[in-house]
Amino acid sequence: MRHAQLVGLALALGPVIGACGREGNGPAVDASVVVAGYAPAPEYKAGYFGIGTSATRAQIAAWDTDIGPDGAELPAGQGSVREGEEIFRTQCAACHGASGEGMAPVFPALIGRDPRGESFDFASDPSIPRTIGNYWPHATTLYDYIRRAMPLYTPGSLSADQTYAVTAYLLAANQVIPTTAVLDAAALRAVKMPARGRFVADDRSPTTR
Amino acid sequence: MPRKFTRREMIAGTATALGAAAVAKVGTASAQEGAAASGPIVTVPADPTKLQGLPTSPLGARSPFVRPSRSPVGETVGSSLTPLQELTGPITPSDLHFERHHAGIPVIDPAKHRLMIHGLVDRPITLSLDDLKRFPQVTRTYFIECSGNGRNAFRAPKPDMTAQKVAGMMSTSEWTGVPLATLFREVGAKSDASWFLAEGGDACLMTRSVPMAKAWDDALIVWAQNGEPLRPAQGYPLRLLLPGWEGNINVKWLRRLELGTQPWRTRWETSKYTDPLPGNKSREFSFENDVKSIITSPSHPRTLEARGWYSVQGLAWSGRGRVTKVEVSPDGGRTWEFAELMGPALPKAAVRFQYMLHWTGGEQVLLSRATDDAGFTQPPRAELLAARGLGTDYHFNQIVGWKVARDGAITFHGES
Repeated sequence: MRHAQLVGLALALGPVIGACGREGNGPAVDASVVVAGYAPAPEYKAGYFGIGTSATRAQIAAWDTDIGPDGAELPAGQGSVREGEEIFRTQCAACHGASGEGMAPVFPALIGRDPRGESFDFASDPSIPRTIGNYWPHATTLYDYIRRAMPLYTPGSLSADQTYAVTAYLLAANQVIPTTAVLDAAALRAVKMPARGRFVADDRSPTTR
Repeated sequence: MPRKFTRREMIAGTATALGAAAVAKVGTASAQEGAAASGPIVTVPADPTKLQGLPTSPLGARSPFVRPSRSPVGETVGSSLTPLQELTGPITPSDLHFERHHAGIPVIDPAKHRLMIHGLVDRPITLSLDDLKRFPQVTRTYFIECSGNGRNAFRAPKPDMTAQKVAGMMSTSEWTGVPLATLFREVGAKSDASWFLAEGGDACLMTRSVPMAKAWDDALIVWAQNGEPLRPAQGYPLRLLLPGWEGNINVKWLRRLELGTQPWRTRWETSKYTDPLPGNKSREFSFENDVKSIITSPSHPRTLEARGWYSVQGLAWSGRGRVTKVEVSPDGGRTWEFAELMGPALPKAAVRFQYMLHWTGGEQVLLSRATDDAGFTQPPRAELLAARGLGTDYHFNQIVGWKVARDGAITFHGES
């Protein structure tokens, strides 16, 4: 909304806002307050300022490690459920628990398919645990997050193979893939999560909460 | 030539000159208040007009009588809430701005910090802090609110909850930086870019996806807060500021922006920061913080000491624009009256409101209800509960307030 519109709106609302106040309880709103708006940023042309340094391919590659939902950026490598279980035991279980049950409130549960969660009725009861198996809509998110943020005290230390392995273990432990599975880029892209399709766009309005 | 006294000597000398009976000591009342609230024991003279005060100092400090405190949980993954009941005006002092971190607060050398912009752009670049400050700057006042603010008060309201506990994950600052639109034009954002990814430089490399429309609207890259560089807990040296949007997406310690064609579905926009709803579904990308208000004074654990007039005050804010009105109910929601807005209601900034209460010694419930210029009004808790369910996880803006007992005792009233 632009400045002039904001001011106009404020003036239009002023008399309405000011027309109340219970006797004995002091003044109501000061209708004389004119609300400030902010001007939009000027539309400078591309390269107008010429500030900054061109980013090299190497610089971009070093930081651009994100994996989107289609898994297009997944790296080469592979890992099995069995290999992932060993990594989980040595590098993850201290915080997330031997069975991935988590440690509230800081370390979330990772594993579990509570029967109450299978219908995705989480709104009815906050105590139903939301886990990878019953809430995460994309398996690619698991790979992306493990590689960027875990393990907590040595983030970014897992190789691509190890990351595939831990991802495979967590998916198998959540009964999403078989315990005999080996994950690579193609296999991970093919994983369909149980909660996929449960997410809806923001439809809040003044009458829709 | 008169000798200079140190601060310690001044204080000690004061005590000696006036005698023990004429002084009082002010200091930390209890160890439970934590390090943030503690300070040196200061001796208070009976008559401060009869001796020299303290000398000047490199950094100001609060009066020893004033000891606000956030509520740190002592974890790197956790929060620390603003003591709303201690504040005046709309601005939150920087050292009381709420905190919510997912991998602690990184220590970043500003000389080495770079912001990279790449992806669907004509010219991928890196920018130093000095580079950024050469662009045209703006200074604007906005609130930031964690979308989990008030979860406990929604799910299980209890009489002993304080304003800090109910709504302390909302703080307001004056921010300075550069419009993101200016940077995106500078690098030549391609027309097919519809989302961008923002990445922080903390130990979890926090990542959130943002629609490009927000960049063209009012998004900022900021480096200053309330007249000085950002506090480390607020993203020093750089943070993304998306006015009105849930706190987590205002990525701190910002180091990278990548332009693309779809959201990345990061952990923080799928597993977290999605809102379970009735109907076996969950709302995603629920960015805006709903219109909200809370009376902060008087509030629990204060007691009204006598019958008579009180300035009832609180804060109101909306992630969708300006607060157009705040109403206060003196009778638990039976009737509503307009509160005074104390100063201009800036878009996506908290505004303080005031309502003069004449307390006659009876039991009453005070509630507040805000409305914004997008047409949203705070709902009663029962209405929000019906629409979203007890298990919904973010964006709690139900009407709340305080019950005043006949003896003046004040307790939280969350069952509006």
